[in-house]
Amino acid sequence: MTLDSSALAGLHGQDREESADAAAQSNLRLFFRTFFENKLALVGILIVLALAVFSFIGPLFYHSDQIHTNLNAVNLRPGSNGHPLGTDQVGYDQLGRLMAGGRTSLEIGIGAGLLATVLGSLWGAISGYFGGVVDAVMMRIVDALLSIPALFLLLVVAAIWTPNVLSLIVLIGLIAWLVPARLVRGEALTLRVREYVQAVRLMGGGRWRAVTRHIVPNTVGTIVVNASFQVADAILYVAYLSFLGLGLPPPSTNWGGMLTDGVQYAYDGYWWLIYPPGIAVVLVVIAFNFIGDGLRDSFDARLRRR
Amino acid sequence: MAGYLTRRILQAFVVVILVTIIVFVLLRMLPGGPARAILGQQATAAQVKAFNHQQGFDRPLALQYLDYLKRLLHGDLGYSYKLNQSVTSLLAQRLPKTLLLTVLSTVVALLVALPVGIAQAVRRNRATDYIITGVSFVLYAMPIFFLGLILIIVFAQQLHWFSPQAPQGDSFTAVLSQANQLILPVATLALITVAAFSRYARSATLDNLGEDYVRTARAKGALERRVLARHVTPNAIVPVVTLLGLYVPYLFSGSLVTEATFNYPGMGLLFWNAAQTRDYPILLAVALIVAIATVVGSLVVDLLYSVLDPRVRYVVAA
Repeated sequence: MTLDSSALAGLHGQDREESADAAAQSNLRLFFRTFFENKLALVGILIVLALAVFSFIGPLFYHSDQIHTNLNAVNLRPGSNGHPLGTDQVGYDQLGRLMAGGRTSLEIGIGAGLLATVLGSLWGAISGYFGGVVDAVMMRIVDALLSIPALFLLLVVAAIWTPNVLSLIVLIGLIAWLVPARLVRGEALTLRVREYVQAVRLMGGGRWRAVTRHIVPNTVGTIVVNASFQVADAILYVAYLSFLGLGLPPPSTNWGGMLTDGVQYAYDGYWWLIYPPGIAVVLVVIAFNFIGDGLRDSFDARLRRR
Repeated sequence: MAGYLTRRILQAFVVVILVTIIVFVLLRMLPGGPARAILGQQATAAQVKAFNHQQGFDRPLALQYLDYLKRLLHGDLGYSYKLNQSVTSLLAQRLPKTLLLTVLSTVVALLVALPVGIAQAVRRNRATDYIITGVSFVLYAMPIFFLGLILIIVFAQQLHWFSPQAPQGDSFTAVLSQANQLILPVATLALITVAAFSRYARSATLDNLGEDYVRTARAKGALERRVLARHVTPNAIVPVVTLLGLYVPYLFSGSLVTEATFNYPGMGLLFWNAAQTRDYPILLAVALIVAIATVVGSLVVDLLYSVLDPRVRYVVAA
């Protein structure tokens, strides 16, 4: 990957301005062609779109009360009076609950994934670009944080503060940025010695400019691929936090939280409390992994052509 | 090689020191400090002040940190006021059980994942390969407690083959005497691990199948079975074994969730209960232990790599 990206960097650095535009265009076309030829990636995008439409647009057409509990209608079987998927242990309509849970799961997953990606890419790019002592210090900090498993860190912090959607995004983002930081730093190390980055310095460009305008854009492949894995991981983290009792307080919920609530009814055979949210989590995580794999193949194909 | 070794060990040492600083700062970041956590919300300001003075919490942070380090070096991991027991003695009870769970499930996972991954590579892009890849994708995306729950519903509730609860014995031998209750927790953690390892074994085997030495072996007339067993497999195992060291943090996280799912009284369950009751000394001690295990794991990987694969020699500074 590192080698491939420096090949990409080389193109921009050489005097091939006139062909660069055309090349960039056909590169983009090749990128999209390989991406859409990848059936799994396409399936992944369709799943994510379907789940997003279900969670965000679904409530406009399917109305259900997701704020007030109704203890007269708990654990109703699917198909009972006005509840196609039944109700849960406090009387929420399960289908509407799936939509509400999906909203938070997707919001937190995508928000935290993006935050982690931005933070990590900048940290890695700066560390790799400056090198030397700065790099050593910045990377040892990453090593140290990375050696405390994310779930343990999350539990400690979530034990201190009661989370809401925004704080969960920040919390997971602040813990998940370490992997992209390492990946981008590895690429920045090879990019910083390239002529066009050196040229920025010679022309009097600042270091910040070199990092944000030249290093980061050239690692975009790695960043984008990693971002989709980050989203998948973040959705799983929220699920685990909920399972461990440190997720969102009611009435808000997420798929992991719904699954956790259903766990206690496993012996009663209330399958509609367990399988719909469980399958939703698995589907969305698989989908983002498919997209990530597809993106990686597409970036590889674009680079291999040269 | 020697230069690389010292530098690598020094690096690991620095990381461990940094981890202790992070853990220490986390404890000090608690709202109201540790005094509130221990004395509770009802404590008066005077009580808090007296407690802080008695524990030395009113001294400069740097001095407190050095004190903390000194106690760590003496094996003193703190005292759980909630359980009224020293953290060291708690860990002496709980850690062996977690190790039993993680080691057993890792061994099972390796025994399954290696043959499966190699078989997949040999039959690549055929039905078996696709099916196994699909299954491992699903397992990989599954929250561990969901998988554990499905295993409980199928094997404990419907088939009555195994117990839905993990062994509850206090001592290590008591746990071993209820070995059949260990099957579901071990299977859960192992299946999740298999998903990651088999994909790795598959790609490592694929890489090796394209190597010159495989062509040479085939050209000499070696049977395909022999080429696989004697030439490809040992080389494909190397990256998987080294992956093990890097897998330490995932194993501990997995064990934490598995223990919570099956109510298995290991270090993970201890940590989880501590998070719910905000028993900070336990939280910090466990986080520290897991972090050190992780650092040692990746250090061992780097060292093993050069032993297992003679082509790798760290002459140049990394």
